[in-house]
Amino acid sequence: MASLKEFRNRIDSVKSTQKITKAMQMVAAAKLRRAQEAVENARPYAARMNNVVASLSHSMVDQPGAPTLLVGTGESKTHLVVVASADRGLCGGFNGAIARKAKDLISGLIRDGKDVKILCVGVKAFEQIKRLYGSRIIDVISLRDHKYINSGHAAEISAKILEMFEAGEFDVCTLVFSQFKNVMSQVPTSQILIPAIEGISEGGELPDLGGACYTYEPDEEEILKVLLPRNLTTQVFQALLENVAGEMGAKMTAMDNATRNAGEVIEQLTLQYNRKRQSMITTELIEIIAGAEAI
Amino acid sequence: MSPMADKLHFSLVSPEKELFSGGVDSVTVPGSEGDFGVYPEHMPVMTAIRPGAISVMNEEKERRIYIRGGFADVTSEGLTVLAEEAVELGDLDPAKLAQDITDAEEDVRDAETEEKREAATEQLEYLQALASAMKD
Repeated sequence: MASLKEFRNRIDSVKSTQKITKAMQMVAAAKLRRAQEAVENARPYAARMNNVVASLSHSMVDQPGAPTLLVGTGESKTHLVVVASADRGLCGGFNGAIARKAKDLISGLIRDGKDVKILCVGVKAFEQIKRLYGSRIIDVISLRDHKYINSGHAAEISAKILEMFEAGEFDVCTLVFSQFKNVMSQVPTSQILIPAIEGISEGGELPDLGGACYTYEPDEEEILKVLLPRNLTTQVFQALLENVAGEMGAKMTAMDNATRNAGEVIEQLTLQYNRKRQSMITTELIEIIAGAEAI
Repeated sequence: MSPMADKLHFSLVSPEKELFSGGVDSVTVPGSEGDFGVYPEHMPVMTAIRPGAISVMNEEKERRIYIRGGFADVTSEGLTVLAEEAVELGDLDPAKLAQDITDAEEDVRDAETEEKREAATEQLEYLQALASAMKD
């Protein structure tokens, strides 16, 4: 039977755990607000970019000179799967959900006889994926050292993807990330980045030109050449921001639960502690009374 | 005719956020093939942008914004400028900018590695472009 001191120690340790989880929850809440703002601020750019690409590709897609970034290499032999997750744990099932989505996608591709290469952004999903597909992972990019994500980080990642694409290392690129719906729900999503035409089919509405025709300066091809890499960066950036917001939301919920659990444990332990204390006092009293009667 | 017909709907967005959105009288954009003015009811144009200042005219007041890398998209709905980077020139302090340029020049001189030198040179060129855009 545990002594009273042991009980007190356990209650103290649970209390300090509770303090930590409470603090983490508050930090996540503050970061969440900032991340949510960042996602919302970035949306107009992404939406407009999508519209521009949609209207441009609309006129380009059937032409023989269309860039491969837009229409693809004509093959789908090698797939690059970019898995974007968080760099830190303690955020509930957030990273697990992304890793699961990625694993489903990868195993499906392998079943179809495709070559799969994996690029991990964020170490948490990497840790889970490497057990199954370690040999297919070509690189891991960690953003742990950066306090805030800006478009420069996205540009680095998309530059890496582009470099590989130009070297002919893959045909199709898919990005797996977690879409931020609200604090309670983050939806793991996969999105095709290359060929770009696959990714813009939905949401990209064509602007109403009132019958007029677009004039392009310098010309469509030149613009697309610059626009498509930028569009890639934008999509990666958007995904990273959604991830950060989702991570913070998940962390907040997880830490809130942990704090509440700690509270329950403390209550139970306190109850046990008090019972034990009372029973000890009772025993002592009985011993005294019994001793007094014996005299 | 809609009530907005005498105004041009102009929006300037960067990857981080929407910097401006609203009706203006006209906008001059540094296109890759030369500067061009956009007034309401402009024909649809899509063009790349070279680094430089766009000037936004509204009610006799001019706002100048330095932008780098991006596109201008004119549709019947208005003008959208997608810029990688945008700095409001009115917010810049010329003295501070001059100081920054001096610092950047020093950085270029003192750079120990090739990589650092390149980064510093890039920063310097950027600041110099900003300064020259301010003088115009």
